[in-house]
Amino acid sequence: MYAKDGENYFIVDAHVALWDARPSNQLNIHGKQFIDCFYDYHRNLSPEAELWPYEDFLYYGGRRLMKDLFDDGHVDHAIFQPAHLGAFFDSGFGQAEEAFALAQQHPDRLTYNHCWDPRLEQKGIEQLRRDAARFGLKGAKLYTAEWHGDSRGYKLDDTWSYRYLEAARELGIKNIHIHKGPTIRPLDRDAFDVADVDKAASDFPELNFVVEHCGLPRLEDFCWIATQEPNVHAGLAVAMPFIHRRPRYFAQILGELLFWLDENRIQFSSDYALWTPRWLIERFVDFQIPEDMQGEYPPITVEQKKKILGLNAAALYDIPVPADLALAQPAGV
Amino acid sequence: MAAHAPAREKRATTLEERARQALAGVVDPELDEPITDLGFVRSVEADGDHRLTVHLRLPTSFCAPNFAYLMASDAKDVLTALPGVGAVTVLLDDHHDSDLINRGLATDAGYRGTFGAEAGNGLEELRLIFRRKAHAAAMERALSALLRQDPSLTEERLHDIVLGDLPSTEATSALLRRREALGLGTSPSDPVMVDDHGLPYQAGEIPLRLRFARSVRLSIDGNAHFCRALLRTRYPDAAQDQSPRQEDSTLVTPEKEHTP
Repeated sequence: MYAKDGENYFIVDAHVALWDARPSNQLNIHGKQFIDCFYDYHRNLSPEAELWPYEDFLYYGGRRLMKDLFDDGHVDHAIFQPAHLGAFFDSGFGQAEEAFALAQQHPDRLTYNHCWDPRLEQKGIEQLRRDAARFGLKGAKLYTAEWHGDSRGYKLDDTWSYRYLEAARELGIKNIHIHKGPTIRPLDRDAFDVADVDKAASDFPELNFVVEHCGLPRLEDFCWIATQEPNVHAGLAVAMPFIHRRPRYFAQILGELLFWLDENRIQFSSDYALWTPRWLIERFVDFQIPEDMQGEYPPITVEQKKKILGLNAAALYDIPVPADLALAQPAGV
Repeated sequence: MAAHAPAREKRATTLEERARQALAGVVDPELDEPITDLGFVRSVEADGDHRLTVHLRLPTSFCAPNFAYLMASDAKDVLTALPGVGAVTVLLDDHHDSDLINRGLATDAGYRGTFGAEAGNGLEELRLIFRRKAHAAAMERALSALLRQDPSLTEERLHDIVLGDLPSTEATSALLRRREALGLGTSPSDPVMVDDHGLPYQAGEIPLRLRFARSVRLSIDGNAHFCRALLRTRYPDAAQDQSPRQEDSTLVTPEKEHTP
């Protein structure tokens, strides 16, 4: 919970990770390239006071995660969204067992989402059924640029992707977080194209599709499909930290999202450990659309901030919200 | 970008200078800017036998390989076309597909020869998508400037605005270049607010279409700023090679404060 100026905010951090990118876990040069790319994002967009040493960034462990999110970070509930990256890291990038154990220790604080890869076909579906039962899955994280054998990506409207989504629907895994990264086969297409999400969202109206980093770098394509598909949501991973270095750009992103979607389909996330939630939440609560831009974008209300910071994700994940932190009109749909 | 044009027109004497001038004609399709302005050209070297070696660099190892390949192969094409040039070597540094792309460039394997089964028909459609985005953004910039200038002008009335009504500014010439690239009309009587195929919108549709064009522009501008900044984080010496992207209204804190 975060309190400021007489307002109380229930906080759900909808995208956090517990990763291990140490050299001991890197399988090849791509593991190093991947974490170095993350670290450059971190260095580029963090305030000076929030910079981590590279060594800490490689691996930080559960104790540090609990401190950064809950002791220092104002977060009430956080959701693990693991990327496996089995072609780059020996035990995977997201540490499934460690994260799940932590979520079992703190069920009121943490939700563990798992991931799947449709290219594992039938075997993977059987695994998904076991995972759903073991982890009690309400959601899944799909990184469509994952490398697998000769393939360096998949689409959400592939035949096998659909079979997994059918299984997810049947198993009650209703929140599908999609992380669009580059490298989709065939290479002819725009790697960040979200057209496959559009198709899947129409065909699976019972599922919620949360597009991480709200489709950036293709905000416009994302907004266009989200306008038409009521079950498409925007995750603010990576978009949030622009609040520091480029607040006017952040204002534009948020203004566009509020115009094309609505305030019930936008979710806060820190993308921990790319960034820590404390400063993002504090800045966001203080944030307002700059005055000279208010002709284009209406000012953001406290109610909208409350929904974005936690109530929307709480609604998708049935996370109980204390009565004094809820709105008179419930968030989400 | 107009501010840099005079420098480019200066008579280039050495092969290295001519090479840099030629590379200014290679555009990052996604950011709609020359790779020289973005700082993507790491080095240009000519030896005594007029052989050229050019190193390119990108903001991350995981920049989309199709765009990386497009820029690198376009660079090789413009360099090879230089009069009096010997062998041309273009190398993409520090990318996850560097080996693959550099091998393909060295052997002139082409897109399909470079990427094999991952390649489909070609990259022309990809180029087209981004030319269209660049056009939508340029159109929005020109029309929004007009709306700001003339408060009595309504969005619906943009329907009647033709190219001849636009002031002679850099935004207007940029729009004309984008139209030319798409094969759209550039005569003063052609309507400004058109779709990807050059067809005018209905007046009633214009506010929403302009709004969409604005989000395209915002996306491209935002990416261009972020990619520039990431390149400087990755290669601190890139700062001196970058030309600022027009007016950067999104940046408030000094860049160097946060670039370790």
